Amino acid sequence: MSSPVLPEETEVQLDAVSRRLALTNDVAVRFARMVEIRLLEDRVIDLFGEGLIPGTTHTCQGQEAVAVGIAGATRPDDVVVCTYRGHGMALALGVTPDALLGEILGRQIGCMGGIGGSMHLSDSSVGLLPTMAIVGAGIPIAAGSALTAQVLGSDRISVSVFGDGSTNIGGFHEGLNLAAIWRLPVIFVCENNLYGEYSRIDRTTPIEDLALRAAGYAIPSETVDGQDVDAVLSVIERAAARAREGEGPTFIEAKTYRYAGHSRSDKAAYRPAGELDSWLERDPVRLYGEKLIANGTLDEEGIERIWAEQRDALEATLERVLASPRASTADMFTRVQASGS
Amino acid sequence: MPKLRMNQAIALAIREEMERDPTVVTFGEDIAEAEGPFKTSEGLLERFGPLRVRDTPISETGFLGAAVGAAVTGLRPVVEIMFVEFLGVALDQVVTEAAMMHYLSGGRLNAPLTVRASCGSGLGFGCQHSQTLERWLLGTPGLKLAVASGARSAYGLTKAAIRDPDPVVVLEPRALYGRREDFEPGEDAVLPFGVGELLANGDDVTIVALGQTVGIALNAVSEANGWSADVIDLRTLMPWDRGIVERSVARTGRLVTVEENQLTGGWGGEIVSHVASRCYSDLRGPVMRITAPDVHVPYGSELEAEYLPSSPYVAKQISELISTDKVPGHWWEDTR
Repeated sequence: MSSPVLPEETEVQLDAVSRRLALTNDVAVRFARMVEIRLLEDRVIDLFGEGLIPGTTHTCQGQEAVAVGIAGATRPDDVVVCTYRGHGMALALGVTPDALLGEILGRQIGCMGGIGGSMHLSDSSVGLLPTMAIVGAGIPIAAGSALTAQVLGSDRISVSVFGDGSTNIGGFHEGLNLAAIWRLPVIFVCENNLYGEYSRIDRTTPIEDLALRAAGYAIPSETVDGQDVDAVLSVIERAAARAREGEGPTFIEAKTYRYAGHSRSDKAAYRPAGELDSWLERDPVRLYGEKLIANGTLDEEGIERIWAEQRDALEATLERVLASPRASTADMFTRVQASGS
Repeated sequence: MPKLRMNQAIALAIREEMERDPTVVTFGEDIAEAEGPFKTSEGLLERFGPLRVRDTPISETGFLGAAVGAAVTGLRPVVEIMFVEFLGVALDQVVTEAAMMHYLSGGRLNAPLTVRASCGSGLGFGCQHSQTLERWLLGTPGLKLAVASGARSAYGLTKAAIRDPDPVVVLEPRALYGRREDFEPGEDAVLPFGVGELLANGDDVTIVALGQTVGIALNAVSEANGWSADVIDLRTLMPWDRGIVERSVARTGRLVTVEENQLTGGWGGEIVSHVASRCYSDLRGPVMRITAPDVHVPYGSELEAEYLPSSPYVAKQISELISTDKVPGHWWEDTR
């Protein structure tokens, strides 16, 4: 059995929208994208370790299926508001590895011109609003972008992606309440990875099933296995259909796990022994690869080839990015405000 | 010319902008059906309907955040913060979100958002409903800040704010909502940001005022004995009109700011430091700030009147400055 033809992402540099559409239309591309996210996140940790990047970063190894599921079930003209743990979401939506690594490394080819950094990504061509480095901040913003669609009579929807830690901040409750009373076309996706920064959910939150919180706002909710990309995809598809039909918001809790610590300096020593290992047994990238083999989409060789291609592509990206110019002094001044005064 | 109250001028400005631009929407607490606690949205729900004119729950974090999201995706929201203190629970949305959206999108998105907030002392609302709080916002890159001094400037600044591509906070001194002013609404009445206005001409001192203190400063000048002053309504603090202040000081040689805020961290500090460093050779006496004391806004008419700089007090301080070439002490320094 031969592997399907994948877009030649290494030779021909696809733009963000093409990358998004490829992922929407081709399950093998979905798998390749999950691999791309995993490899890039691992490499980012190395780059920080090598001292190439100052500051901090928040990686999402273990959560790839949620990002790819959301991207696969929505349109490039829909709006996504996510968090500072946003590399995976950005790549899934279509942001190119060059633009992402460029941003993380402070280069002008970065998706924000190198003045944002790891926590601040944005690409309006695929609906990615600026990622917010304030926990919970994106939730009311997503309600607002859904308001725009409602007022202008468009069928664009908004997706708000946030972690379990966000569900204790006021903006979460106020954003859900507003979306509910105004029946806004928005999907709230809570990535429950069990940890809010360094603290386990049972230390900060009186419930483990966060979908319960939606009931207080009369918002329908679904809980989904966040390690299963197809499960995520179909739950988002249902919620998106509801939103486009004018039936209002949906709350989705994706049960998932963050392999790394909260940020680069966090070794996650607070995790109970064996917890990470038990989640690794249900690794979303491996699970999806096995599923594609089982249903005959790919064979072992095809899976290996995708890993190898993505490794090569990442190194080529890194080489290009490191050779490209850093953000300049002028870049610091030119985007402070839209008007001249 | 119509004689409008300041709240009517604001409602007219919003109405006209909603007529000319279908992406303008307005929301806030009790602004739709009740037409605003200060009647600044009279007639808007009836004219534009519930899609564009909305009551919100009491949740500034939520609806200001929503305004940011709406602004970056194609609407021009005008949101009302009933009392400026309530901005405290939505400061993140203004300072760390709205003001950074253009920057955080690599210059591709704008956040054309207007935040209107009533502010200030004089009506006996007590310490949590009487502050001006410009200093919470002052010095925030990406944000603009305007302060109305009456019906005419409220109208002109509100229209300019709604049309502006950047987020703007417009502060409305609550004590002025009911005051009437003659002016001709229309395109010529739109006031550009960063342009102050010379409201009185004189030779001995430049008085820079803002919001409620503009009227106070003008009254002080009319009570002046033996001296005359330029009175400048600064109108916007971000950006502020350095040119009009510099040109005036070059002529008068003295600078006085009249501020409703407390002394420490007040906006006048920015103005006097600029003049003292950049216009030093023009000065023939020390720069002086007239402010409220570093206390909470008191309750009770007598104390509140004492707290806010009065016209006779402003006139007295300036007379002393001119006659002695020294800055007289603040009134409260004698009382402690």
